[in-house]
Amino acid sequence: MSVFELKLSELHNRLKNKQLSVTELVDHSFKRISDTDGKIGAFLALNEEGARQQAQALDAQLAAGGERGLLFGVPAGIKDNIVTEGLRTTCGSKFLENHDPIYDATVVTKLRAAQAVTIGKLNMDEFAMGGSNENSAYGPVRNPWDTERVPGGSSGGSAASVAAGQVYFSLGSDTGGSIRQPAAYCGVVGLKPTYGLVSRFGLVAFASSLDQIGPITKNVEDSAYVLQAIAGHDERDTTSANVNVPDYLSALTGDVKGLRIGVAKEYLGQGIDPQVKERVLEALKVFESMGATWEEVSLPHTDYAIATYYLLASSEASSNLARFDGVRYGVRADNPANLLDLYRRSRSEGFGPEVKRRIMLGTYALSSGYYDAYYKKAQQVRTLIKRDFDQAFEKFDLIIGPTAPTPAFKLGEQVGDPLTMYLNDICTIPVSLAGVPAISIPCGMADGLPVGLQIIGKPFDESTVLRAAHAFESQTGFHDLRPALS
Amino acid sequence: MSITIKDVEHVANLARLDLSDAEKEQFAGQLNAILKYAEKLNELDADGIEPTSHVLPLANVMREDEVKPSWPIEKVLRNAPEEEEGQFKVPAVLE
Repeated sequence: MSVFELKLSELHNRLKNKQLSVTELVDHSFKRISDTDGKIGAFLALNEEGARQQAQALDAQLAAGGERGLLFGVPAGIKDNIVTEGLRTTCGSKFLENHDPIYDATVVTKLRAAQAVTIGKLNMDEFAMGGSNENSAYGPVRNPWDTERVPGGSSGGSAASVAAGQVYFSLGSDTGGSIRQPAAYCGVVGLKPTYGLVSRFGLVAFASSLDQIGPITKNVEDSAYVLQAIAGHDERDTTSANVNVPDYLSALTGDVKGLRIGVAKEYLGQGIDPQVKERVLEALKVFESMGATWEEVSLPHTDYAIATYYLLASSEASSNLARFDGVRYGVRADNPANLLDLYRRSRSEGFGPEVKRRIMLGTYALSSGYYDAYYKKAQQVRTLIKRDFDQAFEKFDLIIGPTAPTPAFKLGEQVGDPLTMYLNDICTIPVSLAGVPAISIPCGMADGLPVGLQIIGKPFDESTVLRAAHAFESQTGFHDLRPALS
Repeated sequence: MSITIKDVEHVANLARLDLSDAEKEQFAGQLNAILKYAEKLNELDADGIEPTSHVLPLANVMREDEVKPSWPIEKVLRNAPEEEEGQFKVPAVLE
């Protein structure tokens, strides 16, 4: 069994008892990456020297005794839109192919404080725009369960690397489902925290009102550990919420008796794979057997969420990505005739097709004459979507549904049709628009591919989300299934 | 309403993108499809509904006006495509 299959508490016991060293953990990670990443393509940059140095320092600390951080010695992968000082950060884009960040994102500083070890940077859809990881300028990531299939996206590398046992956990980012959907496709646990719980400082912005960083792990307990380490107010992010961070570990009681679950009717409607629906209904029986109650709930504006999302997220993206102008960082076109030519050619040469498409859509939606019809209207509908959740949460503690309507699809299958690709996000996008927390956990298989169960909570009530997810996995063990990747 | 090649050119100019003829064709078609789908929102009467720009009840986050150290110039210029005398260099803006 891989050491990465050990629970964090057991891993820490072995480190303490000198049965294991941090150097061995880090070696294991790089060995596994070199054995498997030719097939998977999860990593864009490796931090070999830095990680080994850090491992030595941690081993020295271990020998000396004393306090250890929450994630002491644990090898971690970081999505490549989270900046890491001195470690190349590309956002999956040619535009930033040699970008060497001058500071660490707050989450990276926090991981270091918790004494996790950064192994490298993980592949993703360019600037987090995509749901299949096929939009990376550095080639696709492949799903460890079936390398002919996509791992999901945009955090495809983050999910695939954990599923393939290359790192102990990873960080992803989620704007419309980019943590949860790849976690579902790869059979791992992905948590999107409440908007504002985790600092976005140093997360390269895609859609600022939606982006949120969160953990991808093999089980819910690890998810709680990582969230504990990265959550909390940060004055460098003005949209960071000033709330007290509870003890997430103590929420994992295994007890869901009396919990009221609403089952999102619209998420099980048209377009859902019958096996996915079956797995979700079976999951509800598990919750029932543990003493929770459930009934159907309607989120009536679900059908409008995708249109709302693509207008808002693209508008925000068109504004955020204006900073990539070829002046201060990134690529610059050769021999520009003048400043305007420099902007235009640098951007046109540096951005891939999906990024250009979204910049175009967003620019159009914000342009004179269309702002009210598209952007403002979408913001108003966002209010209606948020109210759907507010109302459901008056009656229920949690809302449950599938994470994605189907299991992972094949590479190339949806590339030519952006709209179809966007529709894969029907169960995750409304949650992002409402800003509430949600986790995707494995709930069984469909034709050899993992299926994800989505558990959605009230704002800042990650504790209840984690409690229910943890109770479910303790009862079922689907999270222990691993791909047969050799 | 339908997006023409001329509209695509106008928007590309606003977005500071140079598109090839093939890209213009493709984007016109795809943007039309996406915007047609977005017309779904017209089914809803949202008059008088407060727009949500942001889910948190936060506005005008202030901090103390304290002097703090800035980044050293060498660091700031580390990723500059072109620099000169501690500044980002661009083509002449004034003739």
